[in-house]
Amino acid sequence: MKILVLISNVPDTTTKIRFKSDNTAFDDAGVQWIINPWDELALTRAVELKETGGVSLITVANVGNASTEPTLRKALAVGADDAIRIDVEARDAFEVATQLASVAKDYDLIMAGIEASDYNGSAVGGMLAELLDIASVSSVSGINIENGQLLFNREIDGGSQVLSVTTPVVAIVQKGIAKEPRIPAMRGIMMARKKELKVTAPVSAEDRTSFVRFELPPKKAACKMVAEDNAKELVRLLHEEAKVL
Amino acid sequence: MSILVYTENWDGKFKKFSFELVSYAASIAKQTGSTVTALSIGNVTDSELQKLSNYGTNKVLKITDDRFNSLDNKAMSKAIVAAAKAEGAKMIILAHNNLGKALAPRVAVRLQAGLETGVVALPVSFDPFIVKKKVFTGKAFAEVKINANIKVITLAQNSFEPVELRHSETIEAFNPQMADSDFTTTVKETNKVTGKVLLTDAEIVVSGGRGMKSGDNWGGLEEMADLLSAGMACSRPVSDEGWRSHTEHVGQTGKIIAPNLYMAFGISGAIQHLGGVSSSKVIVAVNKDKEAPIFEVADYGIVGDVFMVIPQMIEAIKEMKS
Ligand SMILES: Cc1cc2nc3c(=O)[nH]c(=O)nc-3n(C[C@H](O)[C@H](O)[C@H](O)COP(=O)(O)OP(=O)(O)OC[C@H]3O[C@@H](n4cnc5c(N)ncnc54)[C@H](O)[C@@H]3O)c2cc1C
Repeated sequence: MKILVLISNVPDTTTKIRFKSDNTAFDDAGVQWIINPWDELALTRAVELKETGGVSLITVANVGNASTEPTLRKALAVGADDAIRIDVEARDAFEVATQLASVAKDYDLIMAGIEASDYNGSAVGGMLAELLDIASVSSVSGINIENGQLLFNREIDGGSQVLSVTTPVVAIVQKGIAKEPRIPAMRGIMMARKKELKVTAPVSAEDRTSFVRFELPPKKAACKMVAEDNAKELVRLLHEEAKVL
Repeated sequence: MSILVYTENWDGKFKKFSFELVSYAASIAKQTGSTVTALSIGNVTDSELQKLSNYGTNKVLKITDDRFNSLDNKAMSKAIVAAAKAEGAKMIILAHNNLGKALAPRVAVRLQAGLETGVVALPVSFDPFIVKKKVFTGKAFAEVKINANIKVITLAQNSFEPVELRHSETIEAFNPQMADSDFTTTVKETNKVTGKVLLTDAEIVVSGGRGMKSGDNWGGLEEMADLLSAGMACSRPVSDEGWRSHTEHVGQTGKIIAPNLYMAFGISGAIQHLGGVSSSKVIVAVNKDKEAPIFEVADYGIVGDVFMVIPQMIEAIKEMKS
């Protein structure tokens, strides 16, 4: 079985968000870039599955310019076998999905994170499945291989399910897919240098959305403080003033 | 022109979120001179479907084919596309929840539409078509332009208050052409927890963090949640430690919620935690560290020991209820 893990290159989750050019673009000055947390968990699970047998290849793919290569190298260090970078800026989910569709055809399982932590699109995985005209399964919190067959855990409201889905399939993963993201070991980092990071030219793709402007949320009013021994007053305020109890 | 709303059902019933979607669509329909068609897939009684008309649907299409019970993404999106085409819809609205996020991207590709997810308000403008959404996990907002003729959007929960607006409604059976090969999912097992308030539905959420010290100290919070019919939540370390089930984890890597009231006990308010709760209308924080970042986003706070404050709050809530 061959697995493709989609990797988005995003600002570290503790980044202080600022905008530039009259609030029309994200200010990336001084930003640390990481593997999107969900993609990192997806990759971790892919590596675990390979270790238990039944997986012959893990490829990671990213749409982005050369600045995203450290993120792909890290993914190789975590345990991917090879990497593909499609050499074009990621501008819009449809554009990204179209690019990915051009390299995703030979895989049995494609793993995408539920969203990228920058623009929170939740779109690329589903779009890719439709472009390839294959199955997709969302809200995936577990993937196992039993007798060569993929089994998925899917979260539903108030519970969960175990499913099988026709392959190839795009699995859109979330919490639970792996316990902790795998940290690359020294050996992995050394090996990653020798692994192939293939750069491919983009296909022509259309953007269907564009950012007009950004804004920061309005500042909150100061927190109203109540004394520790006066929880009764807190309950009264919530009941009478805020009217939420 | 018509607007198509996919109205998911939960065991044959609609929820407030369903009415938010319909109401949102009705409001756009009014501004653009369009009509609203809802699509329902599953076994929903006509009297339940009628409820949608209270919020402004003109027509309901219902699919009752049992093959859809597996919630297959490919088949369901194909059915939504068929309905959009049948209605000549220029706009398709879905919920920004598990199912909506699974289906909207597929629908958008098939209709050659532009997609924007997690929209939080009525469009900023119609020509050009611009909507507002949250980005950077709640740390900012963006206005995004959709450049395609057909628009697909997913609406965030609790971002549009449903308004009653009675329309006469027709309910029609809808039978899109489906092949067996469209159904790609086989459900082997379903496990449902019943009797608990669903975290994503709860109007009030009681949440505990590492300040609760151990998994054995949750009795007070559970009692409080029971008294208030509230949902239970926790920070990530709490579910990582196994003190609480991972289904209760909220934040960037857990569930994203927007209740009327979110009460955080012994939670520091890390940026990744806030990403999941910052849209709550009112936030209460109880933390013994007055410098804890949670107080920067809280509306009401107590600097103090959770183990002192929780029992007092329970007493006060009981008094208030009686
Ligand atoms: C990529 C990434 C994703 C993440 N995603 C999430 C996420 O989705 N959700 C999430 O929650 N976290 C997430 N985290 C972790 C996050 O950074 C914090 O570590 C976590 O939220 C802290 O949880 P906490 O507030 O319970 O614990 P702590 O930060 O340890 O805070 C405990 C608080 O309890 C207070 N306290 C202690 N004892 C008492 C007492 N007796 N009475 C009153 N107060 C007391 C302390 O003053 C402290 O403020 C993520 C981290 C990363 C790197």
